[in-house]
Formats: sequence, structure tokens, C-alpha cells
Amino acid sequence: MSSPEAPAAVAPRRSDRSPWNWLLIVPIVVPLLVPLYNRRTPELFGWPFFYWIQLVFVALGVLSTALVYRATRRSRSERAAAAAAAGAPRDGGADR
Amino acid sequence: MKTNAVELTIFIVFFLAVTVLGFVASRWRRGADLMHLDEWGLGGRSFGSWITWFLIGGDIYTAYTFVAVPALVFGAGAAGFFAVPYTVVVYPLIFLVVIRLWSVSHVRGFVTPADFVRSRFDSPTLALLVAITGIVATMPYIALQLVGIEAVLKTMGVTGEWPIIVAFLILAVYTYNSGLRAPALIAFVKDILIYLTIIVAVIVIPSKLGGWDAVFGAADAKFTAAGSGGLTLAPAGQLQYATLALGSALALFLYPHSITGVLAAKNRDVLKRNMSALPVYSLALGFIALLGFMAIAAGTTPVGTDANTIVPRLFQDMFPSWFAGVAFAAVGIGALVPAAIMSIAAANLFTRNIYKEYLKKDASAENEAKVAKIASLVVKLGAVAAIIFIDPQFSIDLQLIGGVIILQTLPSVAVGLYTRWLHRGALIAGWVCGMAAGMLMLYNVPKLGPGGVVTKAHWGGSNFSLSKLGLDTTWTIYAGFLSLLVNLVVAVVVTLLLRAMKVADGVDGTADTDYTAEREDPSVRDLPDPLSDEPLSGRAPAPGR
Repeated sequence: MSSPEAPAAVAPRRSDRSPWNWLLIVPIVVPLLVPLYNRRTPELFGWPFFYWIQLVFVALGVLSTALVYRATRRSRSERAAAAAAAGAPRDGGADR
Repeated sequence: MKTNAVELTIFIVFFLAVTVLGFVASRWRRGADLMHLDEWGLGGRSFGSWITWFLIGGDIYTAYTFVAVPALVFGAGAAGFFAVPYTVVVYPLIFLVVIRLWSVSHVRGFVTPADFVRSRFDSPTLALLVAITGIVATMPYIALQLVGIEAVLKTMGVTGEWPIIVAFLILAVYTYNSGLRAPALIAFVKDILIYLTIIVAVIVIPSKLGGWDAVFGAADAKFTAAGSGGLTLAPAGQLQYATLALGSALALFLYPHSITGVLAAKNRDVLKRNMSALPVYSLALGFIALLGFMAIAAGTTPVGTDANTIVPRLFQDMFPSWFAGVAFAAVGIGALVPAAIMSIAAANLFTRNIYKEYLKKDASAENEAKVAKIASLVVKLGAVAAIIFIDPQFSIDLQLIGGVIILQTLPSVAVGLYTRWLHRGALIAGWVCGMAAGMLMLYNVPKLGPGGVVTKAHWGGSNFSLSKLGLDTTWTIYAGFLSLLVNLVVAVVVTLLLRAMKVADGVDGTADTDYTAEREDPSVRDLPDPLSDEPLSGRAPAPGR
């Protein structure tokens, strides 16, 4: 979709498709498989399995989304190309 | 009960500090002109990662959550823990969806989900349904924030209606004044207090009670003696647990206030980063839920029969007065942040999709902002009135219904972000059928007291018995989930019919490239208003235009 006058070799990406996205399915499906973790043992620090494993799922969610974000992030050059193609970004564009 | 002066003093000091912040917020990161809905209602669409994290976190992990989830765990055990898988599932589930919503709203200047539906499906009727659903689902949610404050005040020995009225009046005035910037700034204070309280609670309380073994042991003994609830789920409750977690996750980002938080972000990366940072709150929520078991082990009793006072009472028993005051301030301020965002979201919906659409088509930007500000006042006054004049139980029932009805906007809002295949007429038919099915199911859920006695014949929960459908099982399922399935099936079938009959389905006001647009891409906001009747599809913004 980049226009002819876009100067950079790297065209701004115009798709959210990525094989990495499949990774997002893991933390969606696993916490819903209730019969797999609806039990008390093994305990951890006095916590029944049911409770501590679900906090582990939180970590699983963080890990998957962070990985997908990292893997699908536009590179610096892509961002620069996009900004150049669109003219100057309206407010500096840099994230804080 | 006697009023605790130390607790109350600390609570009031924090409350006043936050009030000052609320007013100062109007000067914070000020945009060109607060008299524009983008500025007042979306904070100028300029929030970076940190602010967005606090804002969305403050938005969806509310005071009511902090009070009601442990109360549920206190009463029912494992079933109350659904809040954890629910908030684990939600972020990967919406990871790819919210960035599409952000992009198309950025390009087209949408402020509400109904704006999007209006333009995508070329149907003011469908947009009106989405707007009304959003407002109706949000109102009781705001009222419930008051229930959270009430629980804290009651525990401190403050009774009567006036403190709540004063608190909400102050909130109403600074929201009116500062818009979305007020809750964004206050959310910082709220979350620092909440995290401080939880960290201290998780370290101090179990050690006072003899360790986690003792905490879970006491809970186990209680549930065994009572013959209901338990440390794990009964087999019949597992489907309910999973469908409630999934259904709630699907509903969460359909709520107008969550969408307001999303649209206020400044770019897609901010949102993606937040999808992996927001689960920190879920971890905190897991610990908060376990406060319910700690209350069992500590032998905490609620104030009167109000189960929502369990957590404040636990804090009072376990902490010195000054720290209990800090914890109560955390819950109190935790109510103000979401209440402000929710009233802003409801006001945006009213202004864009009812006022501008039906009452004053030529409303100027300044006019819109003015109407939204007044609407936010009305919404909050309505919530106060609901709590004072109507039984709070009614708000709790309504909120339960709220989750089910907001799910009915999923086919048009969430599916609509991906495909326009579903016909606008079919979406309306699906909404009507899903809504009817949901109401019918909720109506037929009785509330069971100890020993399985029916204490309330109707509106007793969201766990619909599959046996009512003629299935030979004791399993229950989340009513919202089942009603969404009804909605989707009807939408698909009617779409096939309407397409076969070649019924016109309007013109798409958005372009394919809108959905992946980045912040640098040009926005058509300065072009004709997205709510005007003129189709915009021919004017897709090409980069480098």
C-alpha cells in the first residue's frame, strides 16, 4: 500500500497476520480446561493446586503476549519509513 | 458500631488529596481545546504505555471487584476464583482485536463502539441498539462502585446516605471539569495504594493466622461443615466456571468504558504492550480473592448481613487503624476511577449516537463536548439515586444482566472488525433473539441458600441449569455464553436468508486499510463527519497522500 513517493526501501507493513499469533491460543485454551486442574494436589507452599496453577496461568499469559508483541513489532526502520511516507508525525510519535 | 476516628481521618485526607488531583488534571497534558469530545472524552487520544496501564487497570479492576470477589470466595470457595482465569484469558483473546478497533477509530475519528457500527454497517438502527445496550449495561456498574464505597464507610462506622452523596458530587464536578484526564491521573494514586495494601495483606495476614496451610485448612473445614462450596469445584460446576470465565472475558472489552480506555491510547504499540502488562493486575486479583479464605480463617464477621463488608472488616481486625485507613482509601478511590470512566463512556455514547444522531444532527464539536459533560453529570446522579432509592440488590442483579446483554453486541462490534459478511438486518435479529434468550435464562435461575433451599425464585445468578433444556445432567452453564450462541446462530441464518433474497446491506464507511493503520497514517477526521450520511468508502486514506 505504500505510495510511489515513499522514499524508504522498507515499506510500512499493512497486515497483522503472523504465524506468531497462534501462540495466543495457548493462554486462552489452557485456563478453560477446568477438569485438568480442578484438584488439590500437588500443593505448593500450602496452596492447593487449583489456586497456584491459576496464578501460573497468569505468567503463561504474560509470556505469550509479550513474545507475540516482540516478534510482530515493527522494526525501527519500518517505523521510520512509515513516518516518512506519511510526512512528519503529528506529535513526535516517540513513545514514552 | 462506633466510628473509628483514625481510619476516618486518613480516609478523608486521601479523598481530599485525590479531589485536588481531579481538578488539577484538566491542566495536565492539556490539548488544544477541552471543548472537543476527543479531548474531554478521550484525553486527546494521547496516552502512552504507563498512563494506559493505570487507566485500563483502574477501569476494569474496580472497587466492586475488590470487595465482591473475596466476598464470593468467602461464601462459595473455588467458584469465586473464576475472576483469575477470566482476566488471564481476556488479554490474548483481544490482543489482535483492540488494535484493529484502535486503528479504524483513529482513521475515522470514532469515539464509541456504536460510531464504528454505524459506519461499518451503514445502519443507524443497529448503532442505536449498540449504544443503548452499552448505556444500560454501564449504569448499574456505576451504581455498584457506590456499593464498594458504602461497604468501606459502613465498616468505619459511618452510616447514612450523605457521605456517598458528597463523594459522588465531588467526583461529578471534577469529571465534568477535567474529563478522562481526571481518572487517568487519579488511577496512579489508586493503584499505588491498592498494590501497597495487597502486598502488606499477603505478607502480614497469613503469618498472623499461622500460614497458608492454616488459611486453606480453615476454609476447607468451613465448606465441609456447611455442605456447600469447597476448595475445588463440584463436577457440575466446572462448565459454569469455564464458560463464565470465557463469557466474561468476551464481554469485558465490549463495555463502553473499556473501549474508552483503549481509544485513549496513543498508538497500537501502547495497546500491545499493555496486553502483556495488564495481567499484573490479575495476579493481584488472585491474592485479593484469597482474602476471602483469610477472612474465614480469621473468623471475620460481616457488618450486619452485608457480605461485601468482609474484606474491610478483615483489614480492620488485622491492621493497625492507620493502615486500615490507607486500605479503605484504596478501595474508596478504587471506586472513583472506574465510576468516572464509565460515566464518561456512557456520556460519549449518548452524545454521539443518540443526541447527534436523533436530536441535533448539526451539533458542532463544542456542542458535543458540552452535551457529553452534562450527560456525565446526569449519569452519576442517576447512579446515586439508584443506590439511595432502590435496593442495592437490584443494582447487583442489573449488573449480572449487564454482562449478558453487553455480550449481544459482540457480533456487530467484534466480529464486525473482521468481516462485514453478517448482514445488518441479521445482526439486529440476532441481538433481539440473544437478548430475549439471555433474559429468559436469567429469569429462570433461582438463588439457593444453605442446604439447597430456594431463597429467591428468579434472577438468582448466571448459572443456568442445562436440565431446563431437557438435558439429563446437573451441569450449569453461564447464561451469557448460551445467549451469545443463540445470537450468533440467528445472525448467520438470517444473513443467509437476506443474502439469498438480495436485500441491500448498505455501504461500508470504512476501508480495509483502516484496520491496520498506524498513528503516523493520516486520519480523515478533518473530512466530513463519520456520522454523516455520506459514504466515505471511496476516500480511503492512502499513506503518503
